[in-house]
Amino acid sequence: MASSYKDEDGHITVSGSGAAAGAGGGSLRSKKPENTAFKQQRLPAWQPILTAGTVLPAFFIIGLMFIPIGIGLYVTSNNIKEFEIDYTGVEMSSPCFTCAQNFSWNGTKPCTCSVPFHLDQPYESNVFMYYGLSNFYQNHRRYVKSRDDSQLNGNEESLRKPSKECEPYAKHGNKPIAPCGAIANSMFNDSLELIYNDPNGTKVQIPLTATGIAWWTDKHVKFRNPGAENTNLTVVFQGTTQPVNWRRPVFQLDSDPDNNGFINEDFIVWMRTAALPTFRKLYRIIQRRSNVHPTLPRGNYTLEVVYNYPVRSFEGRKRMILSTISWMGGKNPFLGIAYISVGSVCFLLGVVLLIIHHKYGNRNNAAEISH
Amino acid sequence: MIKVKLMYMVLMKEIFVVTANTADTVIKARAGLFWLQKTQTVQDEKVNGEYGLIINGHSLAYALQEDLELELLRTACMCKTVICCRVTPLQKAQVVELVKKYKQAITLAIGDGANDVSMIKAAHIGVGISGQEGMQAVLSSDFSFAQFRYLQRLLLVHGRWSYIRMCKFLQYFFYKNFSYTLLHFWYGFFCGFSAQTVYDDWFITLYNMVYTATSVLALGLFDQDVNERWSFRYPQLYSPGQLNMFFSKRTFVQCLIVSTYTSLVLFLIPWAAMQDSVRGDGKDVADYQSFAMLTQTSLMVVVSAQMFLDTHYWTAINQFFLLGSIAAYLAITFTFYSNGLFFMFTSSFPFIGSARNSLNQPNVWLTMFLTCLLCILPTVAYRFLHMLLHPTITDKVRHKAREEGQPAPAPYRPPPRRVSTRRSSYAFSHSQGYGDLVTSRKFLRLKRRPSLFGRKDSPLVENQPQHYRTITEESQT
Repeated sequence: MASSYKDEDGHITVSGSGAAAGAGGGSLRSKKPENTAFKQQRLPAWQPILTAGTVLPAFFIIGLMFIPIGIGLYVTSNNIKEFEIDYTGVEMSSPCFTCAQNFSWNGTKPCTCSVPFHLDQPYESNVFMYYGLSNFYQNHRRYVKSRDDSQLNGNEESLRKPSKECEPYAKHGNKPIAPCGAIANSMFNDSLELIYNDPNGTKVQIPLTATGIAWWTDKHVKFRNPGAENTNLTVVFQGTTQPVNWRRPVFQLDSDPDNNGFINEDFIVWMRTAALPTFRKLYRIIQRRSNVHPTLPRGNYTLEVVYNYPVRSFEGRKRMILSTISWMGGKNPFLGIAYISVGSVCFLLGVVLLIIHHKYGNRNNAAEISH
Repeated sequence: MIKVKLMYMVLMKEIFVVTANTADTVIKARAGLFWLQKTQTVQDEKVNGEYGLIINGHSLAYALQEDLELELLRTACMCKTVICCRVTPLQKAQVVELVKKYKQAITLAIGDGANDVSMIKAAHIGVGISGQEGMQAVLSSDFSFAQFRYLQRLLLVHGRWSYIRMCKFLQYFFYKNFSYTLLHFWYGFFCGFSAQTVYDDWFITLYNMVYTATSVLALGLFDQDVNERWSFRYPQLYSPGQLNMFFSKRTFVQCLIVSTYTSLVLFLIPWAAMQDSVRGDGKDVADYQSFAMLTQTSLMVVVSAQMFLDTHYWTAINQFFLLGSIAAYLAITFTFYSNGLFFMFTSSFPFIGSARNSLNQPNVWLTMFLTCLLCILPTVAYRFLHMLLHPTITDKVRHKAREEGQPAPAPYRPPPRRVSTRRSSYAFSHSQGYGDLVTSRKFLRLKRRPSLFGRKDSPLVENQPQHYRTITEESQT
């Protein structure tokens, strides 16, 4: 066997092809692995250990940080004013009871009801008006899939031939539905108006802004009307039909051409499906008037509802919410309370660990490494 | 045959040498070993001292028969050292297989000659030493090196690191995938059990392939609990591997519980925070896409933080892969949710605008911060408490290493000069009587073969030495 060896390092050097150890066999190929840090697993490394010096201060710092943040959040949330009123019409005494009972899909005359309420506090700055639905599963998988984003982006081909995902709401009577899909078909179509009952007795209609309620990226990038700009939408949407549950076609959603067709903001807000079965969506904004007068003064109000949207069949609920807004959004005390509790638990845990460390902390002595 | 340091034997209290030609004498000799204790031995009896056992090939032939092999095993396992000398290659393999079969332990056999090949192949781990006796042992082994002393390194450094890396890798892998998947179970209660995914489809595709693949790979390749010098200094570090401490059914169930808790927190905190919540300008933040964005970013931060806690040896590669994974997540997410890709492939990238619109909200970031801390702090507290109250050998050595830095390197011993002799390891021609053993039927495994030499009864019954006819005698009949 043509293998010679040196045993200083215990490595074998194999001479190439055992012939005469002259010129040809002179190339020695060593099997010794390279002595680099990477190959010998000696890479320089940081080796952190959980010591009392790192863990205990961390717990205390986190505890001390979280409690003020939690208090800040809670106070901010408490300062937000919110009012909610359910107008589904389930009880007999509810003003919208008859509308709910007598709902029919083929009704020609829309049913209206008036719900009176009272605001205890004046609302300053911008007031946001939401509609809320309960037990409505906009996050159901088949429902979420049922839309055609190409069609909603103004693609002409998709306008005429909606995608298969929209089935069975893709065609109606041989015409393609625009916008197709179950999400569009179930669009919320109640009309809500706010009327302030002056102490003198006059009824003041509160002006509601219908634009600026959808995301900027939605309105300007994701949703586009088909055809070129400034063309008549009635012409563009010729050959298509409205969704089955709609009372008006998509090009008659609003008289403002900037809010008509697919870029109608109520439509866009509805198409942004909610994550949970109880949700609220922005309906209108009540712009603030001046620094002197509150936007919504204290007093009696009436909510005028054009009851178009049936929810009784799936035991859903409809409600209207008026809310002011802060930097952290609407009224949600959860985050504040969670921060305060986690902060205090952390701090307590830090104290407990400190006590335990004091009493038992010397078990890591090397003298106790038994052989 | 392996040369063993006989010095160690001097420390034994007693050494029993069993050499016999027949079974009876073996039983008698063995009875003599335990005259102080009962001859009825139970499994794993307590040993009151250090014993050693030397047994030669002849005796082993009897001792390896079915009625005696368990006794041999029990006796041998109670001794500190067992030396079997003058054995045939087959007997070497039989001894290894005996241990394998009854002890349910992992066996390692090391040898350097062609006569060790069967033993090497029989053991779980076969180690061959290349050198004086040729390359046969090397070719049939799982590991090979050139000097016997490298076995220490193989076991205490590389074997140990390999076990630790594998266990950590597996545990982390199960943790990250359970956390990621169990979230959908909780969401099912709120989406009508329609199997709606919480995350974006692209995140689901890339999570295991890109976002968490490289960092866990780095963990499995480079992690060390203590460096090699400390591994030599404290061989006790090897015992957790023998006791199967780092990955067993118990640790798996623990991992499952931690993952369930993590997935619960990852779902419930965003759920409660986003309930009826809106952005700072009044617009939607509780929509499906923002909720997905929130949970998937929280998940990425939580599993990265867990990786930070699990890794003990932070090389530059580990740091690069971990931070790179998070950076890759953010880069890919923002790219996939951008205008450009939406216009090119409209139906494939429906999440346009979600990253921009949700990640600029302070309440989203606060929710994420709370979620991550609530997932990580229990783990930190538990590990810290465990280290305080029940430190493992690894913890102790790591603390010592941290205080003292590197231990002094092992003193340099010049390698022993070996005189090159070509000594055959087959002993046919050596001492008298060895031939009897080899030509006896002791090492033939098959029972009912026609007797080769005309003998019909088992030599155990007769207490006679065996007689065989020579080849010339055979040919004469």
